[in-house]
Amino acid sequence: MSPFLDVKDLKIHFPTDDGLVRSVDGVTFSLERGKTLGIVGESGSGKSVTSLGILGLHKGRGANISGEIWLDGEELVGASQEHVRGLRGKKMAMIFQDPLSAMHPFYTVGDQIIEAYRIHNKVSKAVAKKHAIDMLGRVGIPEPGRRVDSYPHEFSGGMRQRAMIAMALSCDPELLIADEPTTALDVTVQAQILDLMRDLQREFDSALIIITHDLGVVAELSDDILVMYGGKCIEYGSADDIFYRPEHPYTWGLLGSMPRLDREPTERLLPIKGSPPSLINVPPGCAFHPRCPYAERTGDKARTVAPALAETEGGHLVRCHMSPAERRALWENEIKPALETP
Amino acid sequence: MTEPQTQPATQDATQPARQGEPLLSVRDMEKHFPVTKGLFQRQVGAVKAVDGISFDVYKGETLGLVGESGCGKSTTGRLVTRLLEPTGGQVMFEGRDITHMSQGRLRPLRRDMQMIFQDPYSSLNPRHTVGAIVGAPFRIQGVQTEHGVKKAVQDLLELVGLNPEHYNRYPHEFSGGQRQRIGIARTLALKPKLIIADEPVSALDVSIQAQVVNLLEDLQNELDLTYVVIAHDLSVVRHISDRVAVMYLGKIVEIADRKSLYATPMHPYTNALLSAVPVPDPRGRAGRERIRLTGDVPSPLNPPPACRFHTRCWKAQEICKKVEPPLAELASGHRVACHFPENAPGTPDVPAAGKDEPVTA
Repeated sequence: MSPFLDVKDLKIHFPTDDGLVRSVDGVTFSLERGKTLGIVGESGSGKSVTSLGILGLHKGRGANISGEIWLDGEELVGASQEHVRGLRGKKMAMIFQDPLSAMHPFYTVGDQIIEAYRIHNKVSKAVAKKHAIDMLGRVGIPEPGRRVDSYPHEFSGGMRQRAMIAMALSCDPELLIADEPTTALDVTVQAQILDLMRDLQREFDSALIIITHDLGVVAELSDDILVMYGGKCIEYGSADDIFYRPEHPYTWGLLGSMPRLDREPTERLLPIKGSPPSLINVPPGCAFHPRCPYAERTGDKARTVAPALAETEGGHLVRCHMSPAERRALWENEIKPALETP
Repeated sequence: MTEPQTQPATQDATQPARQGEPLLSVRDMEKHFPVTKGLFQRQVGAVKAVDGISFDVYKGETLGLVGESGCGKSTTGRLVTRLLEPTGGQVMFEGRDITHMSQGRLRPLRRDMQMIFQDPYSSLNPRHTVGAIVGAPFRIQGVQTEHGVKKAVQDLLELVGLNPEHYNRYPHEFSGGQRQRIGIARTLALKPKLIIADEPVSALDVSIQAQVVNLLEDLQNELDLTYVVIAHDLSVVRHISDRVAVMYLGKIVEIADRKSLYATPMHPYTNALLSAVPVPDPRGRAGRERIRLTGDVPSPLNPPPACRFHTRCWKAQEICKKVEPPLAELASGHRVACHFPENAPGTPDVPAAGKDEPVTA
C-alpha cells in the first residue's frame, strides 16, 4: 500500500527578474497517518515553500512546479486549482506562525471558523457555531461560548494560536501542516501548544508536518526528520537517526550551534562558518561546500558535482560526497565527543 | 583614542564587596507607564512594567535577564541605559546616580554604556553606509581618532569579523548575521564599559546565532566588557551568563549565579520555565515530566496582588495572595522571592499534590 502522503522529487522554482529562484529543488518524503514529520532548516532553506506547495498555494502564481505529490492516492501537482481548493481545509489544513496576521482582524474568531466549516459542510449557521464553540473548547480556550464572539486582537498570543489550531482542525483534516507554530510564543505557552498538538494528533490520527528551525521542538514531536539546506533535502531519517547518528556536516553544524539545557554547558558553541546561500545563487556542486569544514576531503567534487541523496542504512538518507564509513568515523571520533565534552 | 575620565566611585555600604565595585547598581527601580483616557487624558491606571527591582552588575561579568514577553526585561534594559527615565528608585553607574540625570549631562556617560538591539533590520539606517553607521558614535561624541575615522571603523569591522573593505556598502547588502555584527561594531566604537544586549541573537538563524554568541564572548575577553544580556531563550542565557536574573511581571523572582540557578532553581516559576524548554533529545521525551503552567502571563496593567505568580503557581496557598514574598538570600548568592521555594537548603519542601521535580538536567 502506498503511504498516505508521498512527495516525490518536488521542485518549486520561481522565475524572477534576477534569475530563477530554486526555492525547492527536489524534495522527497512520505508520511503515514498518525505520524509526525519535522522539517528543519534555516531561513531560505525552502521549508515553508515546500509546505505551501503541498497545499497547492503556489498554483497560478507564476511558480514552476514539478514532481509528484500523492495524498491518499490522489496526485495534486497536476490537479486543478478548484480541486485542490476543495481539499484544502477539509483534507489538509495549515497552522501558520503568526496567528495575528493569519486571521482576519474584522471578523470574530467564531465567524472565521464557521466560514471554513460551512464551505466544506452543508450545515446551518447555528450548527456551525455550535461546532466552532466545541472546537474552541477542545483546544483549551476557557469559556468558548463567550470567546467565540471575540475578535482576534482580544486574544493573547497563546489563545490566538489555539484558535488557529481550532480553525485548522474544524473539518477534521487528515493532513495538518504547522509552519513554525510556536516560534512567536513564550516558552511556557509553547509547551502548552506542543502538548495540545500532540494530544490532538493522537485523537484525530492525522498526519502532521511540523516546520521549524528549533531542533528542540522537532525532537519533542517528530517521528521522522527532514533537514533542508538551499532548497534541497540534505538528510532524512528517523528522529533517532538525526539526533544520535547524524551523517551530514550541516546537521552536525546545527547540533553544534545550539546551546543545550540537558547537558553541561560547553565552553564554546561550534557554529557553522559563513551564512546560508541565496537561492538565486546557490553554490555549484554541493550547496553546502563553502561552509563545510570537510569539503576538501572530496577534492574538486564538492565544487563541481552535486551529491545525490543516498541511503546509508534503514531509510536514513544523506546527500554528501563523503562515504558513509568516513562520515560515521567523523561523527564518532570528532563531532560527538566535541558536542558532549564541556 | 581618548579615555573618558572616571570619577572616584563612592562605596555602597549596603552591598558586601564581591568582585570589587559594582559597575552598575540598581535599587528599587520602577517604571510605571500612565494609562490615560478621555479628552483630558485623565490617568486611569498605570502599566507597572518594572516594579521595584534591585541588582548589581560587576565589572567583567555577564548578567542574564530572562523572562517571558511583558515581564519588563526590555524596559529594564532601557531604564539602565536611561533611554527611559525611571519613575522610582535609583540607578547608579560607576557610583554616580544617573536616575534623573539630564540628557546633556548623560551624553558623556553614554560612551561607557551602549546597547545592542534585537532587530538588525530596523536598528540600522538603510540610507547610511556601514562606514557612516559605525563611525557615527565618533562624530556624535566628538572623539578624535588617531588615524582618522575611516581607519577606526575598518578596525572595528575587522574586530567583529566583517570585511573592512565593505566600508562603503549599505545595510541591505548584508545578511541578518552580518547586520548584527555591524550593530555590534557600532556599539564597540567608543570602547564602552557596559553593554546592554537586548535579545542580541533571537532574530538570527541557529548557525548564525552561535557565531554571534561566540563573538560576544570573544569580545568580552578581549576588551574586558561587562554585559547585561536580555533574552527569552534560557539555553542561550545559560551559555553566556555568569549570573542570571529571572523576571516575572516587573519583578525579579530569582537571581543567582548560573550554576545554582540552572541546577537548583528555587522559584516555582523558574522551575516551570526550565521544564518548558524543549529538549533536543527524542529518546528522553517519553520519560520527561513537565510542569504545565496553565494560562498566560497576567496583564501588567492589573497584576495579581502579593506574589504575582500565585495565579499560575501549583504551590500557591493563602499567604501567597496576601503577603508579597521578599527577595531573600536562601543560599550564598542565590536570592528568591517565594514563600514555598523548591530546592531550598534547610527549609522543608512542601510539594503540592501530583507535581514532581522537573527533569532539567
